[in-house]
Amino acid sequence: MSSSQAPAAPPVVEVRGVAYSAGPRRIFEGLNLTVQQGAITAVMGPSGTGKTTLLRLLTGQAEPTDGTVRVLGQEVPGLNRRELFALRRRMGMLFQNGALLTDLDVFENVAFPAREHARLPEPVLRRLVLMKLEAVGLRGAAKLMPQELSGGMARRVALARAIVLDPELLVYDEPFVGLDPVSMGVVVRLIKHLNDALGITSIVVSHDVAEVGSIADYSYLLDGGRVVAEGTTAQLNASADPAVRQFMQGASDGPVSFHYPAGDYAGELLA
Amino acid sequence: MNALRTIGSITLFFLQVLAACLPALRRPGLIIRQVYNSGARSLIIIMLCGLVVGMIMGLAFSDMLARFGSESALGVAAGLALLKELGPVLTALLFAGRAGTSLASEIGLMRATDQLTAMQVMAVDPLRYVVAPRFLGGLLAMPLLVAIFNILGLFGTQLIGVSVMGVDAGTFWSQMQNSVDGIDVYEGVVKSLVFGASCTLLAVYYGYHAAPTAEGVGLATTRTVIASSVLVLIFDYMLTAAFL
Repeated sequence: MSSSQAPAAPPVVEVRGVAYSAGPRRIFEGLNLTVQQGAITAVMGPSGTGKTTLLRLLTGQAEPTDGTVRVLGQEVPGLNRRELFALRRRMGMLFQNGALLTDLDVFENVAFPAREHARLPEPVLRRLVLMKLEAVGLRGAAKLMPQELSGGMARRVALARAIVLDPELLVYDEPFVGLDPVSMGVVVRLIKHLNDALGITSIVVSHDVAEVGSIADYSYLLDGGRVVAEGTTAQLNASADPAVRQFMQGASDGPVSFHYPAGDYAGELLA
Repeated sequence: MNALRTIGSITLFFLQVLAACLPALRRPGLIIRQVYNSGARSLIIIMLCGLVVGMIMGLAFSDMLARFGSESALGVAAGLALLKELGPVLTALLFAGRAGTSLASEIGLMRATDQLTAMQVMAVDPLRYVVAPRFLGGLLAMPLLVAIFNILGLFGTQLIGVSVMGVDAGTFWSQMQNSVDGIDVYEGVVKSLVFGASCTLLAVYYGYHAAPTAEGVGLATTRTVIASSVLVLIFDYMLTAAFL
């Protein structure tokens, strides 16, 4: 019997029962997460919950102690170096600070992955880089050095570099940190625009609830090493869970304590 | 125990860098840039120190040799001392202080600002793109710097020994020509290559493994200078013994 519906595309990322520890500190325990093709998926949570560590697991920079991590149909922890590099060529990643190569100008930074992986004739490469820079609004900054860029511009250049080889999956690590409202708005719009225009899948790790919530198709809220809530932004905003409400509304105290665990305050002062 | 672990770690890193050198040779531009960074940018300090060391030798050797009535041996003494010992050792110590610290801090900062991680995520091996060209650049730059140090050193010795201390210029050069053999030059070249490899390897090792903090980068540069200086002196003893 044939179905009238097209078969659903397999998930781009599947994280199942993942545990991960950094030394004695347990970061994840039984983490489950799925990213659907073509969607913008937000991963939110308080600082120190392991959001960046999750990206390290997805890009094969760290290996889980237990569980499975599948990215673009491949089991990441089982890949050898050659396979891992081949998988990474299908992904792009935007780092918190841009991580531009400081000895190359903007043009060469964007051209870098293409020069390394694609044997393109120079005129083709030039057009490709200028198109990507135009897409992030920085074609005019092609000759500037990274030191001459503002934080927002550096992140847009890094975004152009991340998309230069047309990745299938684009991963953003805290893309809004330290940006002024105008730059933040530009980056929010770019993430949405590039995701839709290029037909890629995006994972945005952030704790800027309003910004990431405005463009995310689906969100995960991490706390204590596992997913404590998931759903659309509207579903998370409507959640009755006190921890979810505290995070979504930015309340300073609640289930997530303002204070780092400590002994008796009066006792310590009088000791 | 920690020292043994560090030696093992440096040895493994050395093997990884060697394996990355062959692919790095396909990008000669990167290596030439590093020869410029490590070599050309160290030229002024190397030339100045070579000249001053030569002038000191002109004074000191002339005085010492005069006590034995052997002023005419100044050329031989200066030539052998520079070619076999002072040239390679002092150049290596200066190289560790100028180029080694620069390499360690540069790579350490690349680590601290996620540039090395970004390369890995872009499926580019930082060992091939960053470390190997710097290692090869340092390796090539060192013998050139030693040669320049030696030339300036001999010039300084001649300047003071002949012009000020009154040693005959013809004797100075002819004695040197007669007594300095090819094996002496060879010893100097071997030492300069070994010291170049050691200093550059330690610089890239400590930079690559620096903690991604300001303190970590500072510590990497300090360790580079200390470890390079000690290793150069140890290797110098071993090589001098081997060439006896």
